[in-house]
Amino acid sequence: MTPIDSQAGYLNMELLRFTTAGSVDDGKSTLIGRLLYDSKAIFQDQMEAIELASKRRGEETVNLALLTDGLRAEREQGITIDVAYRYFATPKRKFIIADTPGHIQYTRNMVTGASTANVAVILIDARNGVVEQTIRHSFIAAALRIPHIIVCVNKMDLVDFNEEVFDEIRERYNEFSGKLDVKDVRFIPISAKLGDNVVDRSANMDWYNGPTLMYLLETIHIASDYNLTEARFPVQYVIRPMSDEFHDYRGYAGRVASGVFNKGDKVTVLPSGFSSVIKSIDFAGQTLDHAFAPQSVTITLEDDIDISRGDTLVTNVNMPKTGQDIEVLVCWLNEKPLRLNGRYILRHTTSEMKCLVKELKFKINIETLENKYNETSFGLNELGRLLIRTTKPLVYDSYSENRVTGSLILIDEGTNETVGAGMII
Amino acid sequence: MDKFHLTHLKELESESIYVLREVAAQFERPCLLFSGGKDSIVMFYLAQKAFWPAKVPFPLMHIDTGHNFQETLDFRDALMEKTGANCIVRYVQDSIDQGRVVEEKGPNASRNYLQTVTLLDAIEEHKFDCCLGGGRRDEEKARAKERFFSHRDEFGQWDPKNQRPELWNIFNGKKHIGENFRVFPLSNWTEMDIWQYILHEKIEMPSLYFTHEREVIIRDNIILSKSDAIMLKSSDIIKTMQVRFRTIGDLTCTGAVESPANSVEDIISEIAASRVTERGSRSDDKRSEAAMEDRKKEGYF
Repeated sequence: MTPIDSQAGYLNMELLRFTTAGSVDDGKSTLIGRLLYDSKAIFQDQMEAIELASKRRGEETVNLALLTDGLRAEREQGITIDVAYRYFATPKRKFIIADTPGHIQYTRNMVTGASTANVAVILIDARNGVVEQTIRHSFIAAALRIPHIIVCVNKMDLVDFNEEVFDEIRERYNEFSGKLDVKDVRFIPISAKLGDNVVDRSANMDWYNGPTLMYLLETIHIASDYNLTEARFPVQYVIRPMSDEFHDYRGYAGRVASGVFNKGDKVTVLPSGFSSVIKSIDFAGQTLDHAFAPQSVTITLEDDIDISRGDTLVTNVNMPKTGQDIEVLVCWLNEKPLRLNGRYILRHTTSEMKCLVKELKFKINIETLENKYNETSFGLNELGRLLIRTTKPLVYDSYSENRVTGSLILIDEGTNETVGAGMII
Repeated sequence: MDKFHLTHLKELESESIYVLREVAAQFERPCLLFSGGKDSIVMFYLAQKAFWPAKVPFPLMHIDTGHNFQETLDFRDALMEKTGANCIVRYVQDSIDQGRVVEEKGPNASRNYLQTVTLLDAIEEHKFDCCLGGGRRDEEKARAKERFFSHRDEFGQWDPKNQRPELWNIFNGKKHIGENFRVFPLSNWTEMDIWQYILHEKIEMPSLYFTHEREVIIRDNIILSKSDAIMLKSSDIIKTMQVRFRTIGDLTCTGAVESPANSVEDIISEIAASRVTERGSRSDDKRSEAAMEDRKKEGYF
């Protein structure tokens, strides 16, 4: 039995979410195919299906990209349209890959995939080095505050496994990433096609002493990725059984956004400002001494105060901000451009309100990382800084400190589509 | 593991409960699609956890093809009895009798496709604005691109190229009148996660998942349960085998596997060693390369 079969091993696994980014033909699908194949997450019938499909398309070798391209149009056009989620597990961790397409027009998919990731794997073709796409992908990873970035310099086999090529790319990357706010960047020379340094160590690059990609994914420290300092609990739903047994029960259901709540903690309800004490933390018939991010629990309070969905419980240290004028870094996600001074629906944790977009302060050119001022249009796949006025007080933290209470989406009132992804400054 | 750190199963549980609560908060008339299979049983189990000590604030709905395994129906009825939950049942046979659908003929006939019409009619009848489904992204490549909150137009159709971006854990369930949502709380679970969770939480499962002796039809390497609902072909081999099911659906298209597994632990070891996906024995997915995608676009589960 391998450890994955044994109950104890499986129950001790951590969950790591990562996103992959690379330009077209950087070998991203091959890399994912290899991770899945080598970790035995690709099954025989899936393999047979893509073997058959490759043959039908007249391709000589098995095209691992077909494994990730799920939709008919994607297979017909040989492109990836949407974020696809892949799963694999090793004895140490379970992995969720948000596989996002590399084309320029799909920035919105990358932002989507990056929003929940612990790690970003960025691919660079060793022959081409750092290109505009690399800067774009790294900027997005940094803006979305993905805690760890792994730069894979791929196709090392096509540059004779040359150490100098790798070193040069690393230097060039460090030059521009200095301008980005990223803390943890690692570099690995790989060949996804041949498997060098993906799961097994490369015999062709004895000059490289660092970990393989798989080893890094299995061991990179993610326990501190959750914010455990500021306690925030957005109320999702009020539980009132009104049964004989639980006649007066009134519980606030939600998922701890950050921090730790203990039984007996003094808490404040925002935005109203009322205070109370945590009477119990309940979960499916059990009572807990504490709840921490990202646990879903139900909290009851000593006092009977008016609390509903959209309110936030906080402990009385490190209070969040409350306000109606906020500055937000936004990625625009819709074909229909932003209407300046237009009204949108804003969704933030469990609250929803109307808002007005008052000003486009600047747009960011994510190839040169320069700010462009005095711009009047803001459209699909663009990133920029907006000033927003909300109709109700918003209880928030800055995104750099809290990915849950610092993020929001904008919804078009007419179409109900999600048109903007926002990170509060 | 650190004091304030969740294991991956606990994190998945927490995520699913969060999604179930979002559904209760964002929709007026949700329902939970119940098939009697392990995923919908786990989903219902999570819903009970999510709203404790209150009851699950929405009904369950089962679309009965009339070709269900008797064990599934017995299990369903016992579970509803035990939990006091309300389960609406709608029958494909009624859709056939009303002339809404025409039954397929021949040895490969299946009511699997016809279910979509019955389902959409039932959604309309009850004015459901959201149906919770037990679909997982690891099941099938078209499912891999599905959102947690999947928007359907007034015809119940899925447009895979025009899905709403889903960022962080902020779900947008806004819709126009007549439109509805399919929501998949188990999106990020794998087959292995489901069984590990079943083991850990000691969740009762239908007997079909465990080894038993059964009279079967072997057709194109797929082992089907012998039943009056399946017309025999001359090439079919009929014999009695020791089998179990990895998925439970309509008995005309759900294949069995030869297996001695008679406990959840056995099943877990079997899956860990298996080189075939659970849908590998589903003949409904084998009709074409995009069979699932096509059915989903039409409004399938």
